[in-house]
Amino acid sequence: MFLASRNFCCHGIRTCQLRTDLLSRSIKHSTSATMPFRHKNTRRIEGLDSNVWVEFTKVAADPSIVNLGQGLPDISPPSYVKEELAKVAAVDRLNQYTRGFGHPSLVKEGDEVIIIEPFYDCYEPMVKMAGAKPVFIPLRCKNDGNSASSADWVLDPAELANKFNSKTKAIILNTPHNPIGKVFTREELQVIADLCIKHDTLCISDEVYEWLVYKGKKHIKIATLPGMWERTVTIGSAGKTYSVTGWKLGWSIGPEYLIKHLQVVHQNTLYTCPTPLQEALAQAFWIDYKRMDDPDCYFHSLSRELESKRDRMAQLLKEAGLKPVVPDGGYFMIVDVSMLNVDLSDVDEKQPYDYKFVKWMIASKKLSAIPLSAFCGPETKKQFEKYIRFCFIKKDSTLDAAEVILKNWNKQTG
Amino acid sequence: MSRPVQARRLEGIDKNIWVEFVKLAATYSKVNLGQGFPDFPPPDFLTEAFTRALGGQNHMLHQYTRAFGHPPLVTVLAQFFKKLLGRDLDPMTNVMVTVGAYQALFCCFQALVDEGDEVIIIEPFFDCYEPMVRMAGGTPVFVPLRPNPPKDGKLMSSADWQLDPAELASKFSERTKAIVLNSPNNPLGKVFSRGELGLIAELCVKHDVLCISDEVYEWLVYDGKQHIRIASLQGMWDRTVTVGSAGKTFSVTGWKVGWVVGPDRLLQHLRTVHQNSVYHCATIAQEAVAQGFQRELRLYGKPESYFVQLPKELQQKRDWLVQSLDGVGMKPIIPEGTYFLVADISQFKSDVPDVPNSDEPYDYRFAKWMIKSKGLAAIPLSAFYSEAHKNNYTNFIRFCFAKEEATLKAANEILQKWKQEKTSS
Repeated sequence: MFLASRNFCCHGIRTCQLRTDLLSRSIKHSTSATMPFRHKNTRRIEGLDSNVWVEFTKVAADPSIVNLGQGLPDISPPSYVKEELAKVAAVDRLNQYTRGFGHPSLVKEGDEVIIIEPFYDCYEPMVKMAGAKPVFIPLRCKNDGNSASSADWVLDPAELANKFNSKTKAIILNTPHNPIGKVFTREELQVIADLCIKHDTLCISDEVYEWLVYKGKKHIKIATLPGMWERTVTIGSAGKTYSVTGWKLGWSIGPEYLIKHLQVVHQNTLYTCPTPLQEALAQAFWIDYKRMDDPDCYFHSLSRELESKRDRMAQLLKEAGLKPVVPDGGYFMIVDVSMLNVDLSDVDEKQPYDYKFVKWMIASKKLSAIPLSAFCGPETKKQFEKYIRFCFIKKDSTLDAAEVILKNWNKQTG
Repeated sequence: MSRPVQARRLEGIDKNIWVEFVKLAATYSKVNLGQGFPDFPPPDFLTEAFTRALGGQNHMLHQYTRAFGHPPLVTVLAQFFKKLLGRDLDPMTNVMVTVGAYQALFCCFQALVDEGDEVIIIEPFFDCYEPMVRMAGGTPVFVPLRPNPPKDGKLMSSADWQLDPAELASKFSERTKAIVLNSPNNPLGKVFSRGELGLIAELCVKHDVLCISDEVYEWLVYDGKQHIRIASLQGMWDRTVTVGSAGKTFSVTGWKVGWVVGPDRLLQHLRTVHQNSVYHCATIAQEAVAQGFQRELRLYGKPESYFVQLPKELQQKRDWLVQSLDGVGMKPIIPEGTYFLVADISQFKSDVPDVPNSDEPYDYRFAKWMIKSKGLAAIPLSAFYSEAHKNNYTNFIRFCFAKEEATLKAANEILQKWKQEKTSS
């Protein structure tokens, strides 16, 4: 961090002569690396510089590593989605600005925001950047730590109720949940809704994995519960819906009086999103909207495809002696690695066990994943440090490669 | 909700000139010279690069790329700017890609401006600077460019609008964190001279102030003038963040690819903001822009270079519009750069019905009336001034001339007809 040095060169000197002297002195100083420099970061980004993705993407970048870490598909997006973009790219006017609109501007200094742990890591820094205080509540495993399914992880209603107070501005809900893959049931959503209504709290509902829900489960939008539409902003993603994370298109849906504040933030930050990509996405949505009841609809076909990958992944992990938590939704699976008893006490770094485990696994097994404590607040890291997260939206050859590693794992560790 | 739902940081920044005027133009205008975007196609080599990327074998171009910029793009930007700044650049630490130059500006203000900091903004200014400074908790301090009309009665040039050195110096205080420079300047089209930049640089160094240099129109410079990058002046590299735009460089405003170039010790903080907000930018557009830059690097300085051809074409359009406006009695200020020009409409006062006790500046009323009754869209100049100074320059409107010949012809027809109506009435 830089030294604050606001008085450098500033002695209230305004005459030309002295100004020139100062100038020549300051030029010499400015080219030296040790110049006292008051330009440190703003307070709002204090402590937000480290990031699990930056850390692990670098480590897993080696092409010989089977990357089941960062959540991005290595399968191809549906061809009609790519074709729509190709069609659109040929239309000149679609290469220029479009209508301006397409973050919580609703949260300010002194507010509290409830975050359910484990959580998609960006929620915490974003809440802090808005000047608010994150209040954490963990999902807890029902069966004494013996979890076979994401449905085993639940909120304690009394504990949740205790987290709400007069300062609570919003709660962030993520369903289907990253990283556990939990799909909140209607009853669970009702508990949250009741508290939101009672305490006049907003709900920011991150539903990017809404189409990735497996057999027997149903995705329910909390905004559809009574009393919730007027206090909920629902977030969606083209990247997750259509396997095009690199298009970076998402959306917010909600009542006008909330969305208009998001629009103000949007017009003062990005202003517009890329036109050709929005156009192509719109076309793709029309195609699938028209065939929503058809099994070929991408929203259904993708989740079918992923379900078999999920089952395959779970099987492989069990055979390797690991305990996967089979997700009801999403494309991530968390795994308890503690029974492997990999001794990493000699690793000197002051990092949670799962961070050390993943680094060890990348180096010695050439398989990457993401440590679960990256998704936790400071109090719960201990609870979750025996878990790592795998992403299974990968093509067959990637899963084949993972299979080889997992099958051989048993042999080596004996 | 029983308590105010929105955060205080949004106070006063909900109005936006573009939202208002884009809607009006969409409803009423036959010829839109308002919002700044080209209505001519982008260069073939660029759209072809996009299509190639789409159809190619590498379907991973549809997935996340490196958060701080797609490697091929940051690499070629570093190469390009190394040439232009005369300094070795590391693509990983001295360059970052953003969602348009707009988001680059957002990152600058969020990363570098704290509550209570002052930021100097030169008027007239691209309207987003003020709300972005405020959103970061900073206080904007305005200093105007002042017109010095030539004594020979010729048309003014954007060069005739200048800062008063003493006035500028007086705006620097202990609380000044940064100054925003925009050269070539939107809306006037002014291209700051080496002497003018030197003056600003001297003050930045003296007061240890940062410079946020918005250079999105860097290639659109006319009459053989040169765009000078303030980061290349003595003492400035360490304290300057330079902002650029593929939208303006390659006539693809809708792709929303921008970048910042600067020292690591400043860019590291922009990276923190970026990774906690947008995080990545769209991959495919970055891939195509990288290829565009690679081509321009190969053809640098040659007649076939887009960076040579585009300003040549635009200069002709500028001259055409200047003639058109001059011919009807509007007094255009000839821009040295950008694709905007500002015209003095004082002579047309009688056309617009007077609205007593209106709090809207004259040029707003004029522009709205012109869109509705003449079908010609332009932007009032006072939109580019702070609230306190809006009423100082209410006789000017801004036109965008990055338009096809047919559009400019149609504009001319509207203006000629209008002139005839005035002379006959």
